[in-house]
Amino acid sequence: MARNVTTSRKSINTIAAGALGFLMFFPVLWIVILSFKTEGNAIKAPLEILFNTGWTTESYGAVQARSNYFKHFSNSLIISLGSTFLGMLIAIPAAWSMAFVPAKRTKDVLMWMLSTKMLPPVGVLIPIYLIFRDLGILDTRTGLVIVLMLINLPIIVWMLYTYFREIPGEILEAARMDGASLREEVIHVLVPMAIPGMASTVLLNVILAWNEAFWTLNLTAAKAAPLTAFIASYSSPEGLFYAKLSAASVMAIAPILIMGWFSQKQLVRGLTFGAVK
Amino acid sequence: MATKASRSAARLMISPAVVLLLGWMLVPLSLTIYFSFLRYNLITPGANPFAGWDNYYWFLTDPSFKAAMANTLLLVGGVLLITVVGGILFALLLDQPMWGQGIIRIMAIAPFFVMPTVSGLVWKNMFMNPVNGIFGHIAQGLGLQPLDFFSQIPLLSIILIVSWQWLPFATLILLTALQSLDQEQLEASEMDGAGSFSRFLFIMLPHMARAITVVILIQTIFLLSIFAEILVTTNGGPGVSTTNLTYLIYVSSLLQFDVGMGSAGGVIAIILANIVAIFLMRMIGKNLDA
Repeated sequence: MARNVTTSRKSINTIAAGALGFLMFFPVLWIVILSFKTEGNAIKAPLEILFNTGWTTESYGAVQARSNYFKHFSNSLIISLGSTFLGMLIAIPAAWSMAFVPAKRTKDVLMWMLSTKMLPPVGVLIPIYLIFRDLGILDTRTGLVIVLMLINLPIIVWMLYTYFREIPGEILEAARMDGASLREEVIHVLVPMAIPGMASTVLLNVILAWNEAFWTLNLTAAKAAPLTAFIASYSSPEGLFYAKLSAASVMAIAPILIMGWFSQKQLVRGLTFGAVK
Repeated sequence: MATKASRSAARLMISPAVVLLLGWMLVPLSLTIYFSFLRYNLITPGANPFAGWDNYYWFLTDPSFKAAMANTLLLVGGVLLITVVGGILFALLLDQPMWGQGIIRIMAIAPFFVMPTVSGLVWKNMFMNPVNGIFGHIAQGLGLQPLDFFSQIPLLSIILIVSWQWLPFATLILLTALQSLDQEQLEASEMDGAGSFSRFLFIMLPHMARAITVVILIQTIFLLSIFAEILVTTNGGPGVSTTNLTYLIYVSSLLQFDVGMGSAGGVIAIILANIVAIFLMRMIGKNLDA
């Protein structure tokens, strides 16, 4: 039986939670507002900004003109999609075989993969930096795709593994009994059942790669800098820059914010490695 | 049943992932350890003689190491305290019946998806700047002296920014745990006359214990590596007051080009992270058997 809740109780809950939610969201909302103001107006008192200034889209144009924003945007896009795609390519077979043909050591392999994720990036910063320098892939998108693929590979394998494990093995056996080859088994049985899990995995890893800000800051300069590094260049500003910083930030976080909202549930599962579902 | 053929096929399918991760772990790791025993600076090329434990000695006795360790502990501890306590309260609130819960939840978790450099800069400029920031305007409106966050309370300012980013993560995970709680158990306790506080203390909190531990461990792993937020706000300063271990190693390796010393620091960071990792791995491993 559902518990009876009085309307007044429900109203109080709604107001309290709504206020807290709004406070958490406010910084995001605020930069959206500032991004549509002129630089002169963006540094006025908050109430004046809200009620006493006009709206403009000039900052968005200015950001693009000043620093070729879309180059960095496409760097982010290529790096996050590329590393995720490459990671999926390598992880799908691995997760598939661990989920459906578990061996004695499968658990050890999984735990070991996870342990590579625990390695603090700064502990291997120098070797990676020097290796990249010697290979000539410092400040290239290729280099970042490789690094981000490697740091997210354990998460991809783990997420896929937990999803694949939920696919009942009997279905695969039934397909095999009916004479399906391994290839047919994968294409016609496994893939359709695994697509939702794979989609969530892609979504979460694109988000993680898009926001990654240790390797992207340390391994890029002007050429391959994705948005994380580009935005960091605003830490030493010249002149008035609030509106421009806001516009650049809004464009940098909007796509991920939208994807993130769709992936709430997967986020919990992906980032706790299945420990909380 | 797995046949012999499918077993070797399975091994073949795992191997690319294993080989890549093994390479990713072993090659840089052994290089870091190797470099940490050399006198090796990128500015002074030439021979890199063996230095024994010198790098470790210099790194560990450097006064900034002590400061960085203290800052790391305060940063990790402060953020954990705020996000875990706040996350529990927030999750309890969001678990209550209300209207528009979906929208409220979407607003509450938004900060987690904001990239670190954006949140650092937005808080630094639009909120904490004593002249043009919102907090400054509010203080002026109240007739108070505006607080200069990054020179008066630099580390606390960073703790606040990072907490804003991680509170949604804690909330989301604790809420997920809370929602898996058996409603009948709650109702039974209610009928037995348990008040809401004792329900929280004896039913909800024990039920969330596991999720809380997971939140603490995972956040610790990530918080030990906080970097971008410091880089764009304070550059580790004033002095070394916001330099954590990660940032200190970054400074000695990529700004002072001291590969040997940076590597020694890297080895120390790896050891520290491993202490946390062992506990986390044990918890996740237990779950794998279930």
